[in-house]
Amino acid sequence: MENESKQPGCEVIVVTSGKGGVGKTTTSANVGTGLAKLGKKVCLIDTDIGLRNLDVVMGLENRIVYNLVDVVEGNCRVKQALIRDKRYQGLYLMPSAQTRDKSAVSPGQMVKVIEHLKEQFDYIILDCPAGIEQGFQNAIAGADRALIVTTSEVSAIRDADRIVGLLEANGFKQMDLIINRLRMDMVRRGDMMSATDVVDILAVPLIGIVPDDENVVISTNQGEPLVGSDSPAGIAYANIVQRVLGREVPFVNLERGISFWTKVTGIFHKA
Amino acid sequence: MLQFFRKKSSCQVAKDRLKILLISDRVNCSPEVMELIKADITKVISKYMKIDTGNMDIQIQTKGSKSGRGKTPVLYANIPILDLHTK
Repeated sequence: MENESKQPGCEVIVVTSGKGGVGKTTTSANVGTGLAKLGKKVCLIDTDIGLRNLDVVMGLENRIVYNLVDVVEGNCRVKQALIRDKRYQGLYLMPSAQTRDKSAVSPGQMVKVIEHLKEQFDYIILDCPAGIEQGFQNAIAGADRALIVTTSEVSAIRDADRIVGLLEANGFKQMDLIINRLRMDMVRRGDMMSATDVVDILAVPLIGIVPDDENVVISTNQGEPLVGSDSPAGIAYANIVQRVLGREVPFVNLERGISFWTKVTGIFHKA
Repeated sequence: MLQFFRKKSSCQVAKDRLKILLISDRVNCSPEVMELIKADITKVISKYMKIDTGNMDIQIQTKGSKSGRGKTPVLYANIPILDLHTK
């Protein structure tokens, strides 16, 4: 498993959500890092031009020389814009430009860059900006597969549903859902939709449930993705990585106890 | 006390709201448009028979599956007839 040589084929995955602040960048960082930890050659691309963040979440913000827009405009070669993550063999980041706007790159140019990178990597992870405008169109242009991140809130679910519709319209065949920041205590009280509820509503296959975990904030502070650590979110991300690779990993039954609880409340409802 | 337990959980409220919201989001058809369609259908049918407009139910559903992802939407109309004979 632990070889750095590239395997045949390359999967291009876009991490998207519609709504902002649900954890796209954190998910991109952790899934990318997790894949690299398993010996895959991974390229993370921040497609959020003007509001770049993947670099800080990865702790690579001090090493940026060139960025995605420089590549597109021909100011540098693709290789020059790639930052090698020294902590994990085979992990690279292509940062976005901070001083430009979304219109600096077109979907066609994105596809070209991705086609070039496909020859060198096993996985390309695209961190999509919030919204459904040009930035979103750029991010999905070269992707074969999507990870849709949502939280268990009405606004995020509504936006995720819109994204699913747009991805379907763009011919996406493989879409998987990540439910982020789930609070089991609230689900048990009946104050938050459970993962089952969200999957029922969105009708997209579930690939991961990430519990609300303060360690995510701590790891972001430190610029060190927590995938693989023994924190609840670290375990959840490690499982997502396994499922991205096509391996069956049972879902940790976060919802254990609910059936009992619903029975109890059910009795009261009937009374 | 019973009142307290009977209150719908906020989770259930959210699910109910989302289900209705997403139907109109998915077909890109606002509740206002649905009302207009309903009014027009009532007008046409009423020419031929007497219908119970208060209990009629018109909505856009998705054929075949509960969730309807990727399925064709259908216009479902349940119109109770009060009198089949024309006036």
